[in-house]
Amino acid sequence: MTQALEVKSVVKTYKSGAGTVNAVDGVSFDLRRGEFVALVGPSGSGKTTMLAMLAALLRPTSGSVSIDGQELGSMSQRERAAFRRRKIGFTFQDNNLVSYLTALENVELMLRLNGEFDAKNRKRARELLVILGLEERLNVLPRQLSGGQQQRVAIARSLVNQPTLVLADEPTASLDSERAVQVVETLAELVHEQNRAGIMVTHDLRMVKYADRIIQMLDGHVERIISPDDDLTCLADPDACRMVPMDVLGLESAT
Amino acid sequence: MSTAIHLAFSEVWRNRGRFLLFSLVVAMITLLVLFIAALGEGLGSGNREYLQKLNADLLVYQDTAQLNIASSSLERSLLRTVAGVEGVADAGPIGFSSASIVLREVSDAEPLAETDLYDVSLIGVEPGKPGEPPVVAGEQLQRRSDSAVIIDGTVASVTGLQVGDAFKVRSILGSREERYDLVVGGITASRKYGLRGSVFVPYLEWDRIMPRAMVVSEQGELSCNIIAVQLQDPSRIEAMQNLLTERIVRIDAVDRTTAYENTPGYREQQSTLMTQNGFALIIGALVIGGFFQIQTLQKVPQIGMLKAIGTSNGIVAVAAMVQILLTTVTGIAIGALVTVGVASVFPANVPIIFELRSGAMAVGALLLMGPIGGLAAIRYSLRVEPLTALGLGP
Repeated sequence: MTQALEVKSVVKTYKSGAGTVNAVDGVSFDLRRGEFVALVGPSGSGKTTMLAMLAALLRPTSGSVSIDGQELGSMSQRERAAFRRRKIGFTFQDNNLVSYLTALENVELMLRLNGEFDAKNRKRARELLVILGLEERLNVLPRQLSGGQQQRVAIARSLVNQPTLVLADEPTASLDSERAVQVVETLAELVHEQNRAGIMVTHDLRMVKYADRIIQMLDGHVERIISPDDDLTCLADPDACRMVPMDVLGLESAT
Repeated sequence: MSTAIHLAFSEVWRNRGRFLLFSLVVAMITLLVLFIAALGEGLGSGNREYLQKLNADLLVYQDTAQLNIASSSLERSLLRTVAGVEGVADAGPIGFSSASIVLREVSDAEPLAETDLYDVSLIGVEPGKPGEPPVVAGEQLQRRSDSAVIIDGTVASVTGLQVGDAFKVRSILGSREERYDLVVGGITASRKYGLRGSVFVPYLEWDRIMPRAMVVSEQGELSCNIIAVQLQDPSRIEAMQNLLTERIVRIDAVDRTTAYENTPGYREQQSTLMTQNGFALIIGALVIGGFFQIQTLQKVPQIGMLKAIGTSNGIVAVAAMVQILLTTVTGIAIGALVTVGVASVFPANVPIIFELRSGAMAVGALLLMGPIGGLAAIRYSLRVEPLTALGLGP
């Protein structure tokens, strides 16, 4: 599998009052094509900021993010917008779709933005929606779709341009359990089948079993990278799994 | 560009009720602006039409009158002096007064009600001289003292008088009311003066029937208010203006535009109407701006999402501008059609004239006010951060 994403020592600092806060602090990992990763962590752990940097929406304060070997930090705003259109697919938590475009038009919008609105690509857009079980809902506006159907349309849109990286920000946050499983399962399947690299930010630890790897963030850094087959206890209670420093226990380190 | 247009049209079409409602608001503003423009043109034309269409290059006034026609009084002997200046092709006296046409058959002793009368400008002109308007029906004035007169199109349409018809005019002489019999010899196109239709009377006849408030010189010489001057070379207006005022003492000579702009109340009337129109346009721009600003505020998360998936600011701006233009143009078209419909049922005596130039200027200003009003909304939408799609925006 070829490398799709490389994150090296990324730091993102924000000003906070008189001082500064590192929302992301020295994060490094990589991702290969055909791999689907879950990015988990409690609120404030830095995962959404990390996602924004992966999506070329934020520049790292230091470190680098490269997709398909192209470093994002050196790109202008216009270049980053063009890069997002071509190389990145998005699924958001909500406000995913353009309210006045039908399901099919929402997916086709990515083709229009990339100047690839031709018969062959339009057929692919339609096929993706059919694969996602929406063949009866192609010409329906988002307000007439259920939350799960809207997320599936967003997944189709995120894949129609055959991007290198697919990013999903809490895609199941507004769905019930059954629909949440359907959405994540479908997303993971399509990422694997179509040989994309996928990252899903989620709070819902029931969804991580569909990922190939799980990256847990805590206080802005990567706490652990594990497989779904590993013991997942620490994901639920990361503080309990932290090693207690010996000096706190009154012991001297044996040097 | 095509993506922007696709987005703009899709949004308008799928929310057509809302956009149509707003276009109707623009239509109401258009109706208001076009009517004020037409009223300005109608009132302005009612004041200036005769002077504007006058077959003369310069108008000569008494210098102390400060270009007020009613205050200007020139002796007839001056007419010969003016006509004798080199470069002057012809000159004619013009006298202005008012009278009322009696609208029904009455005996001379029968008292008249206000509804029996139609007020007109009674204008005395010399047959065949500058000041006499060209007829479109009938014949020009024949003799200096004759009861055959020319009526303008406004008088003809209101009274129904035709060539050959006899009619009476009422004139007030001091405290006495006099009635005179006249005959329609010819009809000219509309030539209103003082917001009234005009009756052009041979000069000596005019002198006989006009209200006696007119000043008569001590020598008993005939007077007129102004003298209309035709030049041999109309391109030398300024030079001839200077020459006339140098050669002849106690006169002012001005072109037609200066003349009608100095008729009492003309400038004040036009500036009042222009101010009203300006306010209507500003209100229009604010209404359009407000509508699109509210719409943009409601769409911030969606605009953020569009930018996050790679939509450029150019597409966002063009889509917004297309919507603004579409809404504005639709509103203006509806407003213009309603204006035409309403205008067609207005009575003829209402001073409203839909003139192409002023109408086009009003429509142009309306077309501009849309984009100007929407600029703030477009600017706001350009400043929406794509990060808002992730809930990270400012």
